[in-house]
Amino acid sequence: MTSLLRILALVRKELLAILKDPRSRMTVLAPPILQCLIFGYAASFDLNHVPYALLDHDRSAASRALAAGFDGSGFFERIATLTRTNDIARYVTEGRASLVLVIERDFERHLTAGRRASIQVIVDGRNTNTGGAAQGYASAIATDFVQEWRQEHGQASPGVQVVARAWYNPNLETRWNMIPSLIGTITMMMTMILTAMSVAREREAGTFEQLLVTPFRPFEIMIGKALPSMLVGLIQASSILLVAQLWFRIPFAGSYAVLYLCLIEFLAASVGLGLFISSLARNMQQAMTGSVIVIMPFMLLSGLTTPIGNMPDVLQTITLMNPLRYAISMTRQIYLEGARIPQLLPEMLALLAIAAVTLPVAAWMFRRRLG
Amino acid sequence: MTPAPFPVDVRAVRKTFRRKNGETVEALAGVSFAARARTLTALVGPDGGGKTTLLRILAGLTPADSGGVRVLGLDVAAAPQAVQARIGYMPQRFGLYEDLTVQQNLDLYADLHGVDGAAREQACARLLAMMALTPFTGRLAGKLSGGMKQKLGLACTLVRAPALLLLDEPTVGVDPLSRRELWEIVRRLVRDDALTAVVSTSYLDEAGFCDHTVALHRGVVLAEGAPGEIAAQAAGRVFLATPAAETNARALQARLFQSRDVADAVPEAGKVRVVARTPNAPENAPDTTFAAAQPRFEDGFMLLFDAVADGRAVQSVPAGRAGNAPGNAAPNPVEVRDLVRRFGDFTAVDHVSFQVRRGEIYGLLGPNGAGKSTTFRMLCGLLPASAGSLRVAGADLRRARAGAREKLGYVAQKFSLYGDLSVDENLDFFASAYGLRGHRKRARIAWAKEQFNLDAMASLPAGQLPGGYKQRLAMAAALLHEPEILFLDEATSGADPMARRAFWARIAALAEAGVTVIVTTHFMEEAEYCDRVLIMDGGVALAEGSPAEIRARALPGQDAPTMEAAFISIIETARKTGRAQA
Amino acid sequence: MTPLPSLRRVLALTRKESWQILRDPVSVAIGVAMPLLMLILFGYGLSFDIRHLPVAVVVEHASPESGGILAALRLSPYFRVHPATSMQEAERLMTAHEVNAIVRLPPHFSRDVALGDAALLVTVNATDANNARIALNYTRGAIAIWQQKELARRSASADSEATVVIENRMWFNEANDSTWFLVPGLIVLVMTLIGALLTSTVIAREWERGTFEALFATPVRPGEILASKTLPYFVMGMAGLALSVAGSRFLFGVPLRGSPWLLTLISSLYLLVTLGLGLTISSLTKSQFLANQIAFLSTFLPAFMLSGFMFDIRSMPLWLQGVTHVFPARYFVSSLQTLFLAGDVWPVLLPNMAVLAGMAALLMAMAGKTVRKRIE
Repeated sequence: MTSLLRILALVRKELLAILKDPRSRMTVLAPPILQCLIFGYAASFDLNHVPYALLDHDRSAASRALAAGFDGSGFFERIATLTRTNDIARYVTEGRASLVLVIERDFERHLTAGRRASIQVIVDGRNTNTGGAAQGYASAIATDFVQEWRQEHGQASPGVQVVARAWYNPNLETRWNMIPSLIGTITMMMTMILTAMSVAREREAGTFEQLLVTPFRPFEIMIGKALPSMLVGLIQASSILLVAQLWFRIPFAGSYAVLYLCLIEFLAASVGLGLFISSLARNMQQAMTGSVIVIMPFMLLSGLTTPIGNMPDVLQTITLMNPLRYAISMTRQIYLEGARIPQLLPEMLALLAIAAVTLPVAAWMFRRRLG
Repeated sequence: MTPAPFPVDVRAVRKTFRRKNGETVEALAGVSFAARARTLTALVGPDGGGKTTLLRILAGLTPADSGGVRVLGLDVAAAPQAVQARIGYMPQRFGLYEDLTVQQNLDLYADLHGVDGAAREQACARLLAMMALTPFTGRLAGKLSGGMKQKLGLACTLVRAPALLLLDEPTVGVDPLSRRELWEIVRRLVRDDALTAVVSTSYLDEAGFCDHTVALHRGVVLAEGAPGEIAAQAAGRVFLATPAAETNARALQARLFQSRDVADAVPEAGKVRVVARTPNAPENAPDTTFAAAQPRFEDGFMLLFDAVADGRAVQSVPAGRAGNAPGNAAPNPVEVRDLVRRFGDFTAVDHVSFQVRRGEIYGLLGPNGAGKSTTFRMLCGLLPASAGSLRVAGADLRRARAGAREKLGYVAQKFSLYGDLSVDENLDFFASAYGLRGHRKRARIAWAKEQFNLDAMASLPAGQLPGGYKQRLAMAAALLHEPEILFLDEATSGADPMARRAFWARIAALAEAGVTVIVTTHFMEEAEYCDRVLIMDGGVALAEGSPAEIRARALPGQDAPTMEAAFISIIETARKTGRAQA
Repeated sequence: MTPLPSLRRVLALTRKESWQILRDPVSVAIGVAMPLLMLILFGYGLSFDIRHLPVAVVVEHASPESGGILAALRLSPYFRVHPATSMQEAERLMTAHEVNAIVRLPPHFSRDVALGDAALLVTVNATDANNARIALNYTRGAIAIWQQKELARRSASADSEATVVIENRMWFNEANDSTWFLVPGLIVLVMTLIGALLTSTVIAREWERGTFEALFATPVRPGEILASKTLPYFVMGMAGLALSVAGSRFLFGVPLRGSPWLLTLISSLYLLVTLGLGLTISSLTKSQFLANQIAFLSTFLPAFMLSGFMFDIRSMPLWLQGVTHVFPARYFVSSLQTLFLAGDVWPVLLPNMAVLAGMAALLMAMAGKTVRKRIE
């Protein structure tokens, strides 16, 4: 009972220290929302209005129809109509056009004659993402063109129409998976830094020793440090959830209870890491940079920007130890797929295993460093 | 250019600061003074008197709002670079680069001052020898003891013989031995190298080393003159009071402070040194014999200060716990046997044993690096012992259940409460931390705020409290749960004389009420307040006993030697005989 | 009377700064370990290139056509095919995340193909939209290849072979290797880490530790302090550059098609910009924690998100594209990608260099203004 009261006093004190000062309140609430907005708008692999240049050697009805397919697609925006092959190099190299569509001479004649007509699609490979996606769209537009052309000319089309359907994210918007993933990413970043810093700050200010001569036991201090960080993490997660639904209008398919349950589990695992760092850091600078150094690979190996399935096997194995990987997978499943607990069990068990390692190790380090 | 007759010439300087919360603080309200060439001038006065601001203005680091400041014949405001090229300035916290070695620090400052060639080698060798740092040139500055850091700071300041030396509280946190050495060095420089020095200090006895003193209080010059002239202010008003047989100096001092006639009273060599407001001895101590004494600088200063101070700094503070009088039947609250602490090869505490009785004020004394802080930290359970046994309140705090710590209070050397929380929030937190709740918690917090006059400051963040109030808050927080044992680590380091007197009055009252108090201190005159002291050096206990016993044992022939003299004698004898290696 | 600036003082302070860097484990970690780690992760691990994507193929009625498509998908290095007999089974696999996409060949597929009206349903799990889109594109590609073959096979008998053959060319990166795109851009992260994040604390640290007061009272000039804080980190940043270039060249085979000297010049400019920014933030805040936070939000985050390093600026909303112009990273990333893969393309490089040079001058001047020998 007294133990509980002591922990409550510590939690209250920590929350006061974080939330009382407007400046520190800002550093807790503003960055998540700011990052959420930046990611929401910037982190997009969706193409629209990719600048392209057309070099039409044929100048026929068919070539114009194909170019019209590009212009009307919404993916491409013609910024120039070239006349000479020599111009291509200039436009691509200088980065003015990401794609150049070259329609060969006799395009229409070949088609009418029932032969193969060829076009050339040149993309700027300096950004393989944009380049690759642009190629994909270009080939889809060309295929559509062929279907239509053949139908208009009474030819049976051997073509197979690919009808695409996307589950959970019908318009294939990057934002839809990016923002739910941020719930885990940002809260992890902040809770780890907060936990590590709150211990380091006390160490630097000398208040830690004052705390140690009071009847606090090490585990009470640990809990007292962990709970406020987790609470702040939940507040941040909620603010991101609000931005996702009210600003970006991404529909929430799952259950809030399941989401928060998973978040609490995840935050416990990351707070354990924060405490671990704090037990190693001698001052605030080390706590801060230590957290950044740990978070960076976690973020890169979490599937946030590049899918885990594309990684080499060694790295895929390493990601199994990354709590963020599970958090991102869980939030995406809950938010977009509406997943329930049975589906999330593998992730939940993995996180539980991670927490079962980090927390006791942190506790052990914590006790040891007090000596 | 001919040397200016007054290397420092300050006329009607004003400086106002704006605090973060918008209120303005007048640090200097029209200060004028001059320092003659080749003299040592001391700036003395309580905290917040404006000493540091004045030195920073002289060094060209802070511009004055108005008034004229000429240093070495130059207008500081117009040509700070030129002034800085010719002075040496040692700030209160000399920022040594702790991750650089002693030699690297010294080299950096030599380069910055453009000293090179033979002059540099000579200067470095001489300074290192003078500061006794020659064996440590390869050591990281962060690994030096407090006194050695100060000496290295001084060496860095002196690496290019400056025309003017400005030192801001150079001896804060420095033990008496190092303090003495530092002053020796400065005096020798002024005497031999034709240097002019301006030194600020809140150790009043140090002003006696100087040629000229300027007493600053609340931004104005309270008095100015040779130390003798200040001392003469108290001529005929200084007495040494010998306590009656059944009482002690501490009790007598407390009683004397009750008198309207007394401006100052401090224990000294088993007696009490009294400065009276009138040329007559105070009348409220009938059994006491008063003998007239030679006035010192401190007496004169305290008298001057007493005239302008609003209200007495020292009030007797009744403690929370009554009864619980000292008794021999109960086990000693602190028992230490053969305590050892090693850090690698280095033995910081080497088989130290002592006991502290209930209601006793027990002092741990020793030079920097003697092992007293290590002992202290082991007692509080902050550091495990390598060997030996120790019991505090009947338990070893390292291993005991958390509840055992409820019996002790702890005030750290550095202010260590939560600076961003208000006074109320800090008190509330520590009350809860010690398991107080409900009515008792409210009652104790109210008691603490009343006792320590914290009501007016209750909503202010603790970090923004004036220095003296921070200390009061730290004490209040440590006493909320009515501890049986109170640990005070260098609690008066850097505090001005008034704050120190108030502090000790409080401690004495607590001890009267049965609280066991263990203190560490650098101020040897403060040892007089203790019932018993333990003197340590090099991790070894050198002497234990009451102040009178220590004095008698250390300097047997002398009549009433000061505690400082006794202390230095004990340490030096021990070092000579090789019992302790520093 | 005022003493002249002195090279000797700058050197002494620079030496001091370098010792401090070498003795600080955190600086070494950020300056050396982090760039290496990122280089290796980005070079070996992180890629947008799909391989072995698990796909369920539902063949509801086996036929030569369906067999052909199945074979085409099987042959593709991008997919790992799980044959499924019914849509229910496939959907179950997808819900359980065992496959990421379903290709469904309807029962009358071969008849429809013959009629020229075949439809093939591709369902993707779009919880990772980018991956889903790439998967979709690859599926389309595999089917297009099958279509070409089919057309060729049938053209012998049938009427018309009329179709469009696309010759796809990816300039500068023929193999479409995303490492070539990511690794040069990585240099912007390395430089930002060293230039801004690491320096953001160096002036604040001196304020917090109280080392400035004694330093200020010496003849040292503010400009000399600034120079001594810039030099070691500049060297460190250039070492980071050399490390990244060597790594990308020898570990990942990324070509450097432009001039190394030009690369050095542009990197120096960017480094000066970040150093100016880091030092200005540091000397304005006088607090390590705050400086670090601000530096992270104002330099590292934009370098990651708003520079074109990973996300194409042209895909962003117009207002955000405008915002990216404020951050120096975009000019550097654009220069890096061009220098590595395209060569010395002056029309791209010159404007970038001009902007970076201007920013460097401005920020260094700002840093100079904020470092003053004043204690308030």
